[in-house]
Amino acid sequence: MTTPKELGTYAQNTWCPGCGNFGILASIKKALADLENDGLDLNKVAIVSGIGCHAKIADYINVNSFYSIHGRVPPPMTGIKLANPDLTVIGHAGDGDAYGEGIEHLIFSAKRNIDMTFIVHNNRIYGLTTGQFTPTSPSGFKGRSTPKGSPEDPLNPVELMISAGATFVARGYTKNMKQLQSLIKAAINHKGFSFIDVLQPCFTFFNTYDYYNERVYELTEQDHDASDRNLAFVKAREWAYGEGERIPIGLFYQVKKPTYGERLLAGRVPVRLTPGDIRPVLEKHI
Amino acid sequence: MEEISILIGGKAGDGTRQAGHVIASLLNRIGYRIFFYDDYPSLIRGGHNFSIVRASEKRIGAHKNTVDIIIALDQNTVENHKNRLNADGIILYDSKKVEAQGLGIDFMDIVKEFGGKPIMRNTAAIGALAGILNLEWSVLERDIKGSIGKEVELNLQIARHAYDRIETPLKPLQKLDQKPLPLVTGNEAIALGAVKAGLNMYIAYPMTPASAILHYLAEHENELGVVTVHPESEIGVALMALGSAYAGARTMVGTSGGGFALMTEALSLAGQSEIPMVIAECQRAGPSTGVPTYTMQADLNFVINAGHGEFLRVVLAPGDAEEAFYTAGLALNLAWKYQIPTFVLSDKHVSESIFSFEFDLDRVKPENGLLWDGRGEYKRYLDTESGISPLAFPGNPDAIVKVTSYEHDENGITTEEPGQIARMQKKRLRKRKALADELNKYDTVNIYGNPESKTALLCWGSTKGACIEVAEMLDLKVVKPLMLEPLPVEPLKKALSGVEKIIDVEVNATGQLAKLVAGQGFCIDDMILRLDARPFTVDDLLGNVKEVLS
Repeated sequence: MTTPKELGTYAQNTWCPGCGNFGILASIKKALADLENDGLDLNKVAIVSGIGCHAKIADYINVNSFYSIHGRVPPPMTGIKLANPDLTVIGHAGDGDAYGEGIEHLIFSAKRNIDMTFIVHNNRIYGLTTGQFTPTSPSGFKGRSTPKGSPEDPLNPVELMISAGATFVARGYTKNMKQLQSLIKAAINHKGFSFIDVLQPCFTFFNTYDYYNERVYELTEQDHDASDRNLAFVKAREWAYGEGERIPIGLFYQVKKPTYGERLLAGRVPVRLTPGDIRPVLEKHI
Repeated sequence: MEEISILIGGKAGDGTRQAGHVIASLLNRIGYRIFFYDDYPSLIRGGHNFSIVRASEKRIGAHKNTVDIIIALDQNTVENHKNRLNADGIILYDSKKVEAQGLGIDFMDIVKEFGGKPIMRNTAAIGALAGILNLEWSVLERDIKGSIGKEVELNLQIARHAYDRIETPLKPLQKLDQKPLPLVTGNEAIALGAVKAGLNMYIAYPMTPASAILHYLAEHENELGVVTVHPESEIGVALMALGSAYAGARTMVGTSGGGFALMTEALSLAGQSEIPMVIAECQRAGPSTGVPTYTMQADLNFVINAGHGEFLRVVLAPGDAEEAFYTAGLALNLAWKYQIPTFVLSDKHVSESIFSFEFDLDRVKPENGLLWDGRGEYKRYLDTESGISPLAFPGNPDAIVKVTSYEHDENGITTEEPGQIARMQKKRLRKRKALADELNKYDTVNIYGNPESKTALLCWGSTKGACIEVAEMLDLKVVKPLMLEPLPVEPLKKALSGVEKIIDVEVNATGQLAKLVAGQGFCIDDMILRLDARPFTVDDLLGNVKEVLS
């Protein structure tokens, strides 16, 4: 059995001290180690990351990985999952990747309900490019590209994902590691498109620890029926990434639906397909 | 030489293309070799569509301006094309809708007599044509049964009635002692060639003139053992293809210039991550939206130079269906053997025209890349003598496969260390040697016409057919590189040795091939360029070449 420590690599970690990414890295490693105990084959796991501070996670975890480009996390994930449905595909994206440059891919992944897990390291700031506003930064946010304050209202990705068709929609917080680990495990176990927006403070450019610590509360099964789509929307709107005083974290919505792979492939596994004989097809052209 | 050209025209929605296909099939069945040109504007209803079916005793790859028979389902067909008619040509027209000199038949009246639909005017026209050509009824009967899915009996009745109306066969056509061949478009040939080389997945977003590759593979998914996917955008297409190839599926994408523009970031990622990528780029007239349903050879520079950073690629340009089949297979094999992006650079005139297809299919078969032997620790970017690192795929119980857009070490972990960076840049570019050695084995430059001639037509891609015919008429040589990147300099030198005059023929405004070849020290004496988004016909090009030679 693999321990979380053994899931590390020799790559030197270059995140800032206090970075929320450490919480996500520790949670995914712990989740993978636990899932291996439950029977998951780690050689059949492939992670995909975008570009930004978050994306270095591909170098830090010793499993198959595809370190993609900015905004393009879902398409390689989709290609991998369709080509070999036996693989467990996990995506890590930043809020710039997921909600800015690559939002079309995210919406389509949810619309298709492809069976994969998508974890957004949402620090609401561009960290690696040293501090500009992102699609989830609060209105009026003063970054290096918006010294007079952001002229846009933030996007609410939780609400967006429920609308778009994601069948597992959750929000985590890097300080609540235990909950985050169990959300990640549940997301990987869910058959369909699993989405987790993780509130991840950027210690250097947008330190939101105090803000979150004062406002977050955990959604529990007793208080929230995650099978009810309308209730999920109500909870999703409780905090609009700026406005709202209480921030629910936990599972907002989960439903079982046929996946894209089941519908498109109907049992076929492209990496094991044998090309057909073209001669009878050519005969029809005479 | 026995040959005939037939033009059929009407409004979009009149079904003239489908009728043209039936005519092509009829002539194929009596032993003729076919070239089918389809001309249509970018709209669904109205406008003016026409198709030209040229049938000849010998193989042909182009049409002519002049035709022997015009079938006019609307007045525009007569007005736009009557000047094309040969001196002894005939216009067969729908007498209720069209005024013309020739043979008028009230097609609609026949259709109504049997209770058919307006679209069946085509069937009546084909019946009459078969009479004019003195074809046996059984040939026509078989084709109608084979090509029309619905209401076969009704169509047969309509065709027979029109056939019987022709008392004198005005243009009797001799039956030839040649076997019929498959009639295949360039796009269908690209699809089949890739399948023959072991294609597992085809991913594409619709864009004329590449869409038919997607349609054809989607329609024949089960027979051909291929999975087709139509994603959200060309950006999604290209990145999905890299994901599926990383997972081990032999994958191809297809698009035209505008879609390929969106794929260039993925192309560069393929270069850095060494993931095999195969792109069918079917050109149309640009820049930008340009002229969507017409042809141009103006993306050559773009395809050769697209993508930031420096990396290897192969660009192959087919000039007919056989070459489309062959280059698609070769592109797939080369991409996997060298872990590089490869291109089939087609254009509307190859992609959507129909050719009689005769090719030794076994010349194309799947060739694996270098696979990891399972010994020792797996390193995705192992620095080898050839530069080619063995492939393993996620799911392998003994390997961890890490690919990346960053510069990296042998394990695929990010590096910014100068020595490592230089080493990996060299490793990737070192593959050029092995690639060049393999490419030397293929005929990357083709010669047609009179090989001894001192005057050569230099061309690439879809101008092949017209160039060959003109060269044969004027006793010239044709030199056509099949591969444009890496430019086969030595084979070109050999092909052009002894040539005193090089005439470059291209469907673009600036002579992109001429510039590439001139860059290698060849003197291009003349350029015949066409920039009206129409392909060269044989007679057009003959006039152009004669002018240059006079």
